[in-house]
Amino acid sequence: MSFTDFIFLAFSAMLIASALAVITARNPVHSALFLVLCFFASSALWLLLEAEFLAIALVLVYVGAVMVLFLFIVMMLDINLVQIREGFVRYLPIGAFFALCLVGIMVWVVGDFGARIFDTPELQQAVQHGADYSNTKALGRVLYTDYVLPFEVAAVILLVAIIAAITLTMRRREQTKYQTPGKQIRVKREDRLRIVKMDSVPGEPKS
Amino acid sequence: MIGLNSYLILGAVLFAISIAGIFLNRKNVVVLLMCIELMLLAANINFVAFSYYLNDLAGQVFVFFILTVAASEAAIGLAILVVLFRNRHSIDVEQLNEMKG
Repeated sequence: MSFTDFIFLAFSAMLIASALAVITARNPVHSALFLVLCFFASSALWLLLEAEFLAIALVLVYVGAVMVLFLFIVMMLDINLVQIREGFVRYLPIGAFFALCLVGIMVWVVGDFGARIFDTPELQQAVQHGADYSNTKALGRVLYTDYVLPFEVAAVILLVAIIAAITLTMRRREQTKYQTPGKQIRVKREDRLRIVKMDSVPGEPKS
Repeated sequence: MIGLNSYLILGAVLFAISIAGIFLNRKNVVVLLMCIELMLLAANINFVAFSYYLNDLAGQVFVFFILTVAASEAAIGLAILVVLFRNRHSIDVEQLNEMKG
């Protein structure tokens, strides 16, 4: 067993164990933290696959942004922990059954049936790049030339997500007083100012 | 010997775990969203493994786009969840019957 095999086995065991902990943890906060561990382990596996840019993007985007969002939401919502555990035992057999069926079929397809497809020598031994090979540079070169239109579409998708999330969660409270800048700008002198002509001494007629 | 098969089996096991998680956590939409993230991670592992063993960068580009879509999906899903909790004071899936679907 070489050292990379050991790394793969260690991190995939960590990945599977923490994934199991995600779906069985009693507290959603613990689930979120185990999901962070999942992302770290798979990021290490991606480093093993020489996808350095995606590995660090996974840590930055998921652990840094998405999981923090999850933790915020979990801690913000006042969830009844007893109530959400109802039905866990009831659905455990059918869930385990479907999962085992799925694993069996997929392992059969990939391992036994797929061995004829995947066991070619060029698929088992990937191209080893030299030390001066930059994954980020190669990925950027492909991303900004061949995939530039999908890249722009991805940017638009993120913009849509921002607008959708803000409009969904924004609410107007009735008690709060708001300023309307349009009305403030459109105001004229006649709306605010009234000139009153009156005598300086009351009761005395004008000359 | 760690080859392409090992990564594909790992992805399959991860996907099955997240399927089981969707069955188990019927009461908690937050954990359901986390299971969806796990499923996307399993798909991404397959993409990266194929990209490495076929020596083709297109798989990594796809992972990049999947990460983008998954991030926006998580943001919108959590926003819907906040609105839901504000209206119903519960995140139980089985109580979501207002639309009679």
